[in-house]
Amino acid sequence: MSATESAVVSRFANWNAAIIAITVIVLIVAAASVDSFGTSQNFGFLVLDLLPIALVALPMTLVIVTGEIDLSVASTLGLSSAVMGYLWNANQPIETIIPLCLLLGAVLGAVNGFFVTVLGLPSLAVTIGTLALYRGLAFVVLGDSAVADFPTVYTDWVTGSIGGTPIPNVLIIIVVLAIVFGVILHATPIGRAVFAVGASEQAARFAGVRPGRVKFWLYVASGLISGLAGVLWTLRYSSARADNGAGLELAVVAAVLLGGVSIFGGKGALPGVIAGVVLLGSLQNALRLSDVSNEALNVVTGVLLIASVLGPNLVNRLRRT
Amino acid sequence: MADALPLLRVREVSKSFGAVAAVRDVSFDLYGGEAHALVGENGAGKSTIVKMLAGVHRPDTGSIELDGTGQDLGTPADAKAAGIAVIYQEPTLFPDLSVAENIAMGRQPLGRFKTIDRAAMVRQAAQLFARLGVSIDPNRPARGLSIADQQLVEIAKALSADARVVVMDEPTAALTGVEVERLFAVARSLRDDGAALMFISHRFEEITALCERVTIMRDGRHVSTDLLTDITVDEMVRKMVGRDLGALFPKQDVAAGAVALKVRGLSRDPVFKDVSFDVRAGEIVALAGLVGSGRSEVVQSIFGVDPRDTGTVEVVGKTLKPGSPKQAMAAGVALVPEDRRQQGLLMELSIERNVTLPRSRSLSQLGFLTGNRERREAKEWTQKLKTKYGRLSDNVGTLSGGNQQKVVLAKWLATNPKVLIVDEPTRGIDVGTKAEVHRLMSSLAADGVAVLMVSSELPEVLGMADRVLVMREGRLVAELDRSEATEESVMFAATGQEATL
Amino acid sequence: MTAVELPAPHRSSLDVVLRARELGIVLALGILVLVTTISNPRFLSGQSIRDILLNTAILAVLAVGQAVVVITRNIDLSVGSVLGLSAFTVGTLLQNDNLPVVLALLVGAGVGVVCGAVNGVIVRYGNVPALVVTLGTLYVYRGITYFWAGGQQINADELPAGFLDFGNATLLGVPYLVVIALLVLVITGVVLRNYRVGRELYAMGSSPQAARLAGIAVGRRTIGAFTVSGALAGLAGVLFAARFGTIDAAAGTGYELNVVAAVVVGGVAVFGGSGTVWGAALGALLLTTIGSALAVLEINQFWQQAIVGGLILLAIGADRLVAVRVAASLKKRGSHVSN
Repeated sequence: MSATESAVVSRFANWNAAIIAITVIVLIVAAASVDSFGTSQNFGFLVLDLLPIALVALPMTLVIVTGEIDLSVASTLGLSSAVMGYLWNANQPIETIIPLCLLLGAVLGAVNGFFVTVLGLPSLAVTIGTLALYRGLAFVVLGDSAVADFPTVYTDWVTGSIGGTPIPNVLIIIVVLAIVFGVILHATPIGRAVFAVGASEQAARFAGVRPGRVKFWLYVASGLISGLAGVLWTLRYSSARADNGAGLELAVVAAVLLGGVSIFGGKGALPGVIAGVVLLGSLQNALRLSDVSNEALNVVTGVLLIASVLGPNLVNRLRRT
Repeated sequence: MADALPLLRVREVSKSFGAVAAVRDVSFDLYGGEAHALVGENGAGKSTIVKMLAGVHRPDTGSIELDGTGQDLGTPADAKAAGIAVIYQEPTLFPDLSVAENIAMGRQPLGRFKTIDRAAMVRQAAQLFARLGVSIDPNRPARGLSIADQQLVEIAKALSADARVVVMDEPTAALTGVEVERLFAVARSLRDDGAALMFISHRFEEITALCERVTIMRDGRHVSTDLLTDITVDEMVRKMVGRDLGALFPKQDVAAGAVALKVRGLSRDPVFKDVSFDVRAGEIVALAGLVGSGRSEVVQSIFGVDPRDTGTVEVVGKTLKPGSPKQAMAAGVALVPEDRRQQGLLMELSIERNVTLPRSRSLSQLGFLTGNRERREAKEWTQKLKTKYGRLSDNVGTLSGGNQQKVVLAKWLATNPKVLIVDEPTRGIDVGTKAEVHRLMSSLAADGVAVLMVSSELPEVLGMADRVLVMREGRLVAELDRSEATEESVMFAATGQEATL
Repeated sequence: MTAVELPAPHRSSLDVVLRARELGIVLALGILVLVTTISNPRFLSGQSIRDILLNTAILAVLAVGQAVVVITRNIDLSVGSVLGLSAFTVGTLLQNDNLPVVLALLVGAGVGVVCGAVNGVIVRYGNVPALVVTLGTLYVYRGITYFWAGGQQINADELPAGFLDFGNATLLGVPYLVVIALLVLVITGVVLRNYRVGRELYAMGSSPQAARLAGIAVGRRTIGAFTVSGALAGLAGVLFAARFGTIDAAAGTGYELNVVAAVVVGGVAVFGGSGTVWGAALGALLLTTIGSALAVLEINQFWQQAIVGGLILLAIGADRLVAVRVAASLKKRGSHVSN
């Protein structure tokens, strides 16, 4: 038992390195074989395409490490976007709208956290419920109309790049938040508690950790970041719609699991998740440039998702026999 | 009367898990119409034997024969088909299904078109319960049944399967006196109907009351099999332990200091009621009693992982608020819990993370942890306790039981506790480590730590404790001084009756 | 052995609780219909009822399959995609040949069987949670459909008249689709309640560990449950094609949400082991009726999805409360020694 277990551990450590290596290879192959992939213009598009998945994947990583899940993130993004449009239509200043949307996201996350930690309901069922609820409310707020004409100062900043460089402005947001979440997860007592809760909630409680409190705030963080993603999404396309980001939760979960985070909780690392996001995003980008339809790309996403969990298990099984 | 030929023969079976040999070359026979006790200390290999009979583990070598024919018990279904029924300490019922259905699962009586004949199924269950002399509603769901009733349902299951070999793995551990008597009445009638009974228990009075023959195991090996008429309890204990008791428990005499832990009127319905006691600095106080008497619940409530209804807990004069392990830790309480795998350790995390988890906040600098201080601290404490491991980053689940327990101890000693609560500190660890743990507790007490020890091993209680508190059915029923505490006096207080030793 | 007085095989207390659960949905349904009809009597017109039943039929077939999987403590999120793949497969076949309806149903179910078996095998042998597997195959099956369709759409006028008739025709006044849904419901319901296989599915969901110790072939039953769910989703694909006549690669997108909602609202516990397909079907009927009622009451259609979400939360919250109550009362009813 002990021998195979340590093998599993080392593989988990290796998975991180493997996924980063695979990502680099995919980037190189794509740049070499797809004409327009390596261009600086495409780099900008790639980052903008990655933006919502990358942001939401950060808190999602922590949530999944605790052994829970949040499927309502894309709906939170949508509701944030819809409310942004509604308030803009109501002639509110954008400087008021944006903080309100972030606050809204945090509140929506707190609702999830309440159901999961206070009432003790399974997070899968709760967040499937709020997935429908939040998206439904987004439609109630905005219907199927779209709100455009957001101030160009903001929309230009989101789509623009730093000075004369090809580095998109939003990359700053991604990098800063990735560092924040990475440090929290890997270099603070909170992060230690997150792993402990995921490894064994009971044992964590016996070591003085309060699992309910940890999870509650992670759901709040997940909501907050999803709200932010909603704002950025709206500004990027200069279009607030109730169906913005629909289905994004699947891509986010896929990216996180692809990054080596265990769906059972207790294991995972943020660099792997970043690699997972980049891998997913650049594969889709490269295939799209090669004229593969958007929806057919889903096959790739789905296969990657299953492979990321199945792979280590199968290798382990083969080794044992 | 026992038949002349054995019904089931276990022949030279061995089983290893990784590098650890759990059972080595064990042989014994079970006879129809006879109850056979299997005894041994924790970790002696009893449960591995049970799991081999249940088809959960397959022996590496050796064989299991039923009526003279070898059996390949590769799955629980094989064991079931062979007529072996196993009743676990924690019954394994389907909580959502009715009692009748639990009993009949896989053998439901069929009616037309192979549909399940529910009426017949309920009738069968009712008949079985009538035969057992118990009244459980066959239509109610299994959820919410007491452990005792769940075990009766398991026995009904064994009866309905016409099991010829019934293995009972510590069935009485969580039962009250009345429930034990009822269980024994049922077990005797099973035996008298010709079944071979295998009974695992730590309570000698139960073994002598029920069984005809006893097999003793130690460190995975078979020590002896005797008729109970040929062996005394003292001899059994000596064979189980296999060493002189005195040398193991080096409790030093320490002058007790000020009261470090003060518990008053602690109650939690229905687990324990009105528990009050003190532990002084430098003292080792044992909390004895039968499993299920509420000892672990009391210490968990003191530490704050369990709630409490009423009562106060003071640590060195500071009152603890209920339900907050964090505050208890800050006040200087440490709890080494009963269940190492579920409560004491995060089995899938590294040794390092496990050791430093309770201290992660105090080890951080400006709120950040770079890993260096944690590594240094983990190294220091695991070395102090002579823990054997490969690397600090190894998964704690890869360690042996004894080394795992050292990690738990390291983790709590690192918090520099004033009150150390240990719950079954030497369960399932090897003899050598056991002695080390005892020496450690003794030296901690000498350094002025107040130690509260929950233990089910009487020799440990008698050897280590300055005072013995005894619990029975949720109440503190006796306080014995070191000079007053003997096996008889503790057992008497714990069971409420003169021990029939 | 002495003669004993045996208790009559009365309804178990377990059944009573479950009945009460389903009664709650019927009650909610009744109130909804009543209120809506008072406000607009057209709600109970033949056409309106027909539409509700036809839409329910498709959702109910999916919900029955989902219930089978959820009872075993798993989940199948790929049903919407399987529906789409099956509908498109059958549509494409019918474009070229005039297949008999029965054959179309079989082909659709066959597509579903393959998809479901793939899910089951990965869950069983890969040791991967069903959530992840079916999330993955949700993408994969949908992607295959898009790949195949390549933007093409099958229109009603390309389909044989016989097939489209099947979508509208009735048997003794009851639409064929509803007859099929009822058949599926009754057969699955009876198997789950009255056959050993069915009870083993409940046992697995109630306690996986106990199921293994009881010698139940957990792996085979898991694959079986997913195959049933897949088959029914495939069947639902054919019903979808017959009902709507227009099929593109997006058919059934997002259905998994409504299906899970119907099952959860219908009282099937997400932890497995309890609930019935009758409840799941009632849940499907309730959700569909709400949709129609909103239209009749002239309430913004956009409330529909929010209500679905709210109902899920309400249902799991209420179930938890009831479970706590029931557990407390069961504990008090201990046994007594009869002597």
